[in-house]
Amino acid sequence: MMQLLEAARAAWNAIRAHLLRAALTVLGMVIGVAAVIVVVAVLHGFAHTITSQFKSLGSNGLIIVPYETQRAELAGIQARLTPGDLIAIRRQVRGIQDVVPVLPMARFGGSVRFGNHSTDSSITATTPAFARGGVQYPVQGRFIVPGDDATRRPVAVIGDAVIKNLGLPDHPDGHYVQMFGTWFKVVGVLNKLGTLLGVLNQDNQIYIPFETGVSLSGRSTPPDIIIQLQVSRAQAIALVEARITRVLRERHHLQPAQGNDFKIQSSGELIKALTKVFNIITLVVAAIVGIALLVGGVGIMNVLLVSVTERTREIGVLKSLGATRGDILLQFILEALLLSMLGALIGLFLGWGLSTLVAHLVPALAAARVPAWIVALALGFTAAVGLIFGIAPAAKAAALDPIDALRYE
Amino acid sequence: MSALPIADTAPLLELRGITKRYRMGDSNVHALQEVDLAIARNEYVAFIGPSGSGKTTLMNIVGCLDRPSGGRYFLNGKNVEELDDTQLARIRNREIGFVFQNFNLLGRADALHNVMQPLVYRGTPLRERRRLATEALQRVGLGQRLDHLPNQLSGGQRQRVAIARALVGSPSILLADEPTGNLDSSTAQEIMAMFAALHSAGNTIVLVTHDAEVAAHAHRTITLRDGRVIADSRRAEPGTT
Repeated sequence: MMQLLEAARAAWNAIRAHLLRAALTVLGMVIGVAAVIVVVAVLHGFAHTITSQFKSLGSNGLIIVPYETQRAELAGIQARLTPGDLIAIRRQVRGIQDVVPVLPMARFGGSVRFGNHSTDSSITATTPAFARGGVQYPVQGRFIVPGDDATRRPVAVIGDAVIKNLGLPDHPDGHYVQMFGTWFKVVGVLNKLGTLLGVLNQDNQIYIPFETGVSLSGRSTPPDIIIQLQVSRAQAIALVEARITRVLRERHHLQPAQGNDFKIQSSGELIKALTKVFNIITLVVAAIVGIALLVGGVGIMNVLLVSVTERTREIGVLKSLGATRGDILLQFILEALLLSMLGALIGLFLGWGLSTLVAHLVPALAAARVPAWIVALALGFTAAVGLIFGIAPAAKAAALDPIDALRYE
Repeated sequence: MSALPIADTAPLLELRGITKRYRMGDSNVHALQEVDLAIARNEYVAFIGPSGSGKTTLMNIVGCLDRPSGGRYFLNGKNVEELDDTQLARIRNREIGFVFQNFNLLGRADALHNVMQPLVYRGTPLRERRRLATEALQRVGLGQRLDHLPNQLSGGQRQRVAIARALVGSPSILLADEPTGNLDSSTAQEIMAMFAALHSAGNTIVLVTHDAEVAAHAHRTITLRDGRVIADSRRAEPGTT
């Protein structure tokens, strides 16, 4: 134990004697560790934000979307879900609640006007139950109510960004905005969601009653909708999915040989898929960073090999004073270990600082967090690299012949 | 072959038929040939000879830095050629105190830590190390310079730190290789006076030099030439064996 302490002290003294050199030596380690911390922290924060958004949909939530195989798409067939499908599901599938149609009126921006201002917003027609999902809810006024839907009232609940874009007053209730050539009365303002990926403004949203939307989209073609619903019991999800599939296949007159022209996604599945993607990204990044750390290890080995040559005489003196091979070996391995750990620590703080900075600059990633496992992994891996790459220089030092070493100029 | 000196008691070290060969390019160099030698406790011996005579090789073997190619070497009754590297290191640590021509101090360590270093390899506890090293430095008159780095000391002071370092572990032999080679004559005299005092205090000293004047301080002079001992003379002086 004492030998270990003494060797560590000697190693630390050797490092301290050339601090700048030590800093440059471990630069590879610093950058590698900082990179892994930043990437994992940002990814982790991002994944956390996204999954928490999906979770608010509820783990029992299902989303039914139209889906067409590429072949059918080429043949000009367009898959659709219609209000008729919605009614059929409501009537024929048991064990479900909050069945909500979502009708994207203008997914990539519909024109909205107020006075002299006009802007493009995402406009969606839906029913009152939509707000029960908990993702979007009114913070001022109200959401769509059943009466709006039943009488096709021209009312709108708007997002924060819409108020700014149109120059509406802070409390816009009772003001009228123009969409699709109709005047809509603003009845509520939605909670703020922020920006996704720094580009997609989630607050540039307008919701109108579903039936109002249906009547606006014209009678010639039935509107194309997405259906969200909640399954009452988690155990029944598979059963409910099967029932919905049967009902929709029947309604869409699909032959047994034909595939579904819709897809049922559960929020749990989405989260799983997302987590998988994030895990893969993390793995790839980890591999790259692992290579960076190995390169850093080679850097340390290189400098230590030079250092051993430089300190040949000193090693000879230590041997003449009675240092054994083991004593010298231990000292140089500890030097490599200390160097690499020094790099890892600097990298850790740098990475932490950078990811905090990134989180401040990109509000969507506000949740950037450094998980404990990556800290442990980075430190452990760096220590291993330091140990492994310390062996060659240490062995070289330990094997020096005392006479040759003492004579070395 | 010179006559073996007869010691009253068992010799501290005894060399029998020690040979050392090197390969240098294509030829074999005989650095030492059939050297027989015994040194008793508290002798003050000088190995003298021109460069290439084998005196340094002999010192390296005596100091357990090097192994002979042939012959037997007993130190304190132990057969040295049977020992492995680690055991040799232990012998260097406990039995031998080296003093070099160019001092060979550890540049990053102050005087105190230089002197403490040999005790590290013995596992002496820190407090004890500090105490012993301080005492050793006081003995060589550097009690006020404990925290000086080698480059803050004069040549004579550095050599005194080196002597303190050699002495701190109470070795059986003090091996000094041209200890005054890098010093001016007055400092050299100081150092030689210190060796004389150490000898009087009971230490065994082996001096390696090419300088007859330096060798004259010793009580016994062993002259080497071409790897052989060609003379072994004792200064007739009352009080020495």
